[in-house]
Amino acid sequence: MIPRHLEIGMGVLLVAVLMMAFYVHRMKGRAAETGVRVADTRPVAPPVAGPTEQVILYVAYDDAGLLRAQSARVPLPAGRQQRAQELLRALLGIYLDKNSPHPFPTGAEVRDVYIVDPGLAVIDTNSVLADNHRSGILVEELTIASLVRTLAANIPGINRVKILVEGKERDTLAGHADLSDFYDTLAISKASDQWAAAGQ
Amino acid sequence: MRWISFVLAGCWLLAIPAPTPEEKRISIYSPAADYSLSVTEREGKDYVGLLEILEPLGGVTAKIEGQKWQLRFNDSDAQFTPDSNKARIRGRDVDLTGRFLLENNRGLVPVDSLVTLLPNFLGIPVVFHTTARRLFISEAGTTYKTELKKTTPPKLVLNFSSPVNPTIGTEPGKLTMIFLRDPLVPSGPETVNFNDKAISSATFKENNGAVEVTVNGPVPLLASFSNDGRTITIAPAPSPASSITPAPLAAPPTATPPAPVAGTAPSAPPSPMPAATPRYFAVVDASHGGDERGAALSDKLAEKDVSLAFAQHIGQELGSRGIAALMLRDSDSTLTVDQRASNANSAHPAIYISVHATSEGIGVRVYTALLPSARENRGPFVAWDAAQAPFLSASQTAALRVAAELRKTIAVRILAAPLRPLNNVTSAAIAIEVAPQTGDLADLTSSNYQQLVASSIVTALAAVRDQLESSR
Ligand SMILES: [Zn+2]
Repeated sequence: MIPRHLEIGMGVLLVAVLMMAFYVHRMKGRAAETGVRVADTRPVAPPVAGPTEQVILYVAYDDAGLLRAQSARVPLPAGRQQRAQELLRALLGIYLDKNSPHPFPTGAEVRDVYIVDPGLAVIDTNSVLADNHRSGILVEELTIASLVRTLAANIPGINRVKILVEGKERDTLAGHADLSDFYDTLAISKASDQWAAAGQ
Repeated sequence: MRWISFVLAGCWLLAIPAPTPEEKRISIYSPAADYSLSVTEREGKDYVGLLEILEPLGGVTAKIEGQKWQLRFNDSDAQFTPDSNKARIRGRDVDLTGRFLLENNRGLVPVDSLVTLLPNFLGIPVVFHTTARRLFISEAGTTYKTELKKTTPPKLVLNFSSPVNPTIGTEPGKLTMIFLRDPLVPSGPETVNFNDKAISSATFKENNGAVEVTVNGPVPLLASFSNDGRTITIAPAPSPASSITPAPLAAPPTATPPAPVAGTAPSAPPSPMPAATPRYFAVVDASHGGDERGAALSDKLAEKDVSLAFAQHIGQELGSRGIAALMLRDSDSTLTVDQRASNANSAHPAIYISVHATSEGIGVRVYTALLPSARENRGPFVAWDAAQAPFLSASQTAALRVAAELRKTIAVRILAAPLRPLNNVTSAAIAIEVAPQTGDLADLTSSNYQQLVASSIVTALAAVRDQLESSR
């Protein structure tokens, strides 16, 4: 389903991407003015050289059990697929930080994101992300919703998301959240809006 | 280096999660009422509250006068003295088998003294099945007959002399029926062998205030009621493969929920299975189990054990209110989500409840299925993935009521979750994820907390019972 040359191409870009991800994670910042509950008041990181763009990351917060929209600047790549990868790497940067509001296991990575047809995004994570993910209905759903909603908010036209682990289908993320089916981005957005409404 | 082995063995033993001790119960059967009470252990002896025993049988009051606990039952007076082995009932001395205890104004008597105490109050003899703690007051009991019908598939028919309402649990290799409030009396051999491939044997055992009937067979078994609750028919359940795959394929594009599969094979003669729908109100599903441990709640505590304990409390609570329930997992067995959905759907309950536990956060989360917002036609399997859709509003009704009841004592949230098998269930369906009440992990293994959550859930479900029944 995935063209081989794309995988190779992405491998070449990986080092650069990881370096950029490091910057991204330093830059994640101010909360955006969106409908979702906003609380992050950390100072905005100083601008860095090179073209960047402002995006909205939907970040999971375990303490409140909801997503919060945060604006961040990520490197400006060319295509939709590369853009999707930058977005999720920026998001993972937040989760791997020592002050993470929704800690991910050390070594967790999004290996690739593929835009398979105009409306479908496929996220391929490494096994560390899934195997060492905390197990629970809400904690797993927060991860899925954060990934899905971040893609949907920044890549126009994405309406379905499929999540693979090491390129393979898997039943659940860590025993609960269903990975066997496609995620409908609208359903995820509606559900996570309700968490914000009912969260406090 | 033998001491190392001992230390390691000790660590290994410590690492095994302590089994949740089954609550000890006594059941009383009388023409006035059939009821079941919990038994308290004191100094290695079983005790029970005397007031609770007498309450369903007549008018009873108690007060403390001086050093004595004064009891009045109908027109009989009795005096009990704390720490004394003697009581006085209607002016006569009665010996107790242990000391009378007064705890917070609650009078406790040894369970095995009831056989002498009660005739003195009631003026009639009682029959006490001591080991099983089942007490019959002027009650002949319900008898049963078993018959294996060698049809295809075979059916085990149990006929009872009066209607019964057991809690039914299934697990690989057996189907268990617990008769807690039915005055069932042993009416045949303890074990009956049927010499049949699908239904090999049945055992009838009295234990812990109940009669436990276990039907053994290598294939999953399913029970259905008929004859106003006087007949239970046990037959092999339709296999998950046959109930999952063909039903959606055969379904029209309008996502009709998979039909019950029993006896629907085109070439089969009309099924002699009782036409009556099984009377289960609820299917209770303890999540995870067997090799699949669920979340590691601590180094020693696996989610599968905690979810089972909460589910068992819910099942017991339903049973004690006379509401029929099917327990999908009643031991440490492995079930796939497809098996859970298939077994639940075959039972046609009014509500399906999946039980999970977590160490993260506090309180209880109540979930309904997260379904795609727009139902696209994505091929023949859509119906199975979204089989829940026609029942979602009934599920939300149940979730709201359960949350409202829990909220009286516990922090609650309602959410939608992509959690199988919720989306495959063809009835109202909710999942609960229980976190500690106060943030202390020990809450999850506390019998009080388990009971609080269970009774709140069952109170809520009983309150919306009519609505749920009408959504079937
Ligand atoms: Zn679970």
